[in-house]
Amino acid sequence: MALVTMAETAPLFTRQADKTPDPKEMAAVRRIRTHIEERAKRTASAPSAVYNVTIPNTTVAYGMARVPAGEYQMGAAGSGARPEEQPQHKVRLDAFWMQTHEVTWDAYLLFMFADQARELEHPDALVDALSRPTAPHLEMSFGRGTNGYPAISMTQHAANKFAQWLSAKTGEYYRLPTEAEWEYACRAGTATGIGPGQLGDHAWFVKNSALPGFTDGTYHMIGTKKPSSWGLYDMLGNVMEWTLDQYAPYTAAPTENPWVKSTAPYPHAVRGGSWHNDEAGVRCTVRLPSDPSWKRQDPQLPKSIWYMTDAQWLGFRLVRPATLPSVEEMYRAWNNGVALDPY
Amino acid sequence: MATTPKSGADKIERRDFLKTTGTVAGAIAAGFPGIISGQTVTNALKVGLVGCGGRGSGAAAQALTADHSNELTAVADIDEAIVEQAATRLKASTRFGARVKIDHAFFGLDAYDKVINSGVDVVLLATPPGFRPQHLTAAVNANKHVFCEKPCATDSPGVREVLAAQKLSQTKNLALVSGYCWRYNNMIQDAVKQVRDGAIGRLVAHYSTYYTNPVKPMPPESARPAGMSDIEWQIRNWYNFTWLSGDSLVEQAVHNTDKIMWIMNDQPPVSAVAVGGRAVPANGGNIYDHFAVNYAFPNGYRVFLANRQSTGCFNATLDYVMGTDGTLMLGGGQPRIEGPDGQIKWQFQGEEYDMYQREHDVLFASIRSGKPKNDDLNLATSTLLAIMGRHAAYTGQQVTWDQALNSQVSLVPKPVDWNAKHEVPGLAVPGRSKVI
Repeated sequence: MALVTMAETAPLFTRQADKTPDPKEMAAVRRIRTHIEERAKRTASAPSAVYNVTIPNTTVAYGMARVPAGEYQMGAAGSGARPEEQPQHKVRLDAFWMQTHEVTWDAYLLFMFADQARELEHPDALVDALSRPTAPHLEMSFGRGTNGYPAISMTQHAANKFAQWLSAKTGEYYRLPTEAEWEYACRAGTATGIGPGQLGDHAWFVKNSALPGFTDGTYHMIGTKKPSSWGLYDMLGNVMEWTLDQYAPYTAAPTENPWVKSTAPYPHAVRGGSWHNDEAGVRCTVRLPSDPSWKRQDPQLPKSIWYMTDAQWLGFRLVRPATLPSVEEMYRAWNNGVALDPY
Repeated sequence: MATTPKSGADKIERRDFLKTTGTVAGAIAAGFPGIISGQTVTNALKVGLVGCGGRGSGAAAQALTADHSNELTAVADIDEAIVEQAATRLKASTRFGARVKIDHAFFGLDAYDKVINSGVDVVLLATPPGFRPQHLTAAVNANKHVFCEKPCATDSPGVREVLAAQKLSQTKNLALVSGYCWRYNNMIQDAVKQVRDGAIGRLVAHYSTYYTNPVKPMPPESARPAGMSDIEWQIRNWYNFTWLSGDSLVEQAVHNTDKIMWIMNDQPPVSAVAVGGRAVPANGGNIYDHFAVNYAFPNGYRVFLANRQSTGCFNATLDYVMGTDGTLMLGGGQPRIEGPDGQIKWQFQGEEYDMYQREHDVLFASIRSGKPKNDDLNLATSTLLAIMGRHAAYTGQQVTWDQALNSQVSLVPKPVDWNAKHEVPGLAVPGRSKVI
């Protein structure tokens, strides 16, 4: 038996965001960046507008589509525009590639379980040094299907760490899209994106997503609806998608490559609507703030930094910026600094 | 099931929802005067936590949330670092950190006893389940109210000890709330009420699965620090040892056996047969990675329960309760009842509340009201139903309820000595292993 003296501490979650970069993590990011640069040197030509990537040592593949640089009016105006979608403002973006489909369970489970990624047979110091999810206590697909279906129930932190892991695995730099990138890609060069009239052809939403056993609706296999003119599937509906940004009000000033960096665990911006939303919630300009109640079923303290136990409609896809950013920016994109929930 | 935001306007809807929830909670609390508001409370209830892992710390947070005069005054775990980390985390809370007043932080295998006897009113038991019977008995002997996490034991002697402790606890008018969370979930409560009211007719069968991923896989022996005793190594990797976790069927699929017993009004089956084994070799330990149990209940009612903890396989956690007039479906969307024609006859409506918080709201409200809640009949029986299935799988024999209840096989060493050498039996071999 012993009596332990407790250190007086400030709340952990208020100390997360502003802390100086972790040197070990920064070194890991630097190694991955070097790996990406070296791979780029070995690769003779730039990838075509659309290309496929197979995750090493697995049969899991995904598509990437090029999104051209450009500018557009972000947000909505007029009578149908919600307050948080206003004011419309001009945004200029550099070019990037975007995953043509939402990240599948097939890919995400490789991240959750190293044995599934065959990393025990193929050790890689770059990958082995990275943090990856703890095993979930709940079954996180909730019986909605895994093979070919979009992954759900992950935190933004987990999506960021998946991007880092996938970057280390493939030698291509990935991160979550910013809100501006996401909306720009969703619009695909049109003024408003897919209209309500064509929504049923392009999106799984509450009116068409029900299945026997899932009478309230559920997610469907990726890519089973029509793509946008930029070759992107399921941007609207199916599962909502995490973005890199903290959820914040818009301002009227024109911006270039905007990124609202995280300073608090909530809210982050989620886009695109899901299988559970009606037409009004499945639009290119709709924004949803993440909420602590999305972890309600997690009985632990602290709550898991990896899983949203109550977000069966929430997934993500990644982008690959055309220009490799600085190591500091890569660090920030993979470490939001606010992974821990307040309690 | 998720609270599902329906549209971008949900920011507002969500606020409304939170407000509504508060009102509902208040209405429930109104049945227990002066409990949640704290207005008439003069004496703080002192809470002691035994087992400071993520779940134990979570239970402490829920206890401190349930009643705003509660104070956490004592904590226990196996080592100083774990105790200190938990205390630091709990103190850091902006909501209840000020009521974390840990005068007594103990570590070691006897720390539970120190917490129980440190002047607390309520004890939260959240260690690996192998220790639960010992801890519960000590708490009740010391006249403490208890929150007792699931499962309550890992072997039949442990179950009997828990049954005796529960009886004594009732005699002493103490509260004893069990951690089978689904019993405190309004969604499943409504669904079970439908079954009770005859919505699916006469009950025929129950199909129940917990197909999921490994929970806490065993690290390789090479990860074991030099000089660490068998007992310490096993406790630190408790999930992988039957004497500590009860195996996956008892530790995790006990949520299924609890729903099975709930539907059956906590009346036991006659017998069980089962298959099980380990398909994916582990680094050590002696638990299976899959079970499939068939329970025979009176009147021809059959229950088919299967679980698996493996990567790369089909996953689903669900319960289908089949009756002559329909099927109750839990898992995969909202609880619902389908008629024989496939039409939805009933579906849960409304908002699900936080079942983990609810457990503690009920516990502390009952203590404050002077009517301590102590009617969780499933505390021991839902655990025993899982142990019975494990017995059937390990032995390859048909096992009756009476055999399961009266088994003399004790898995937990007595006493558990921190420094002791302790070899566990290898994986049970059906038809060869005699564990009953």
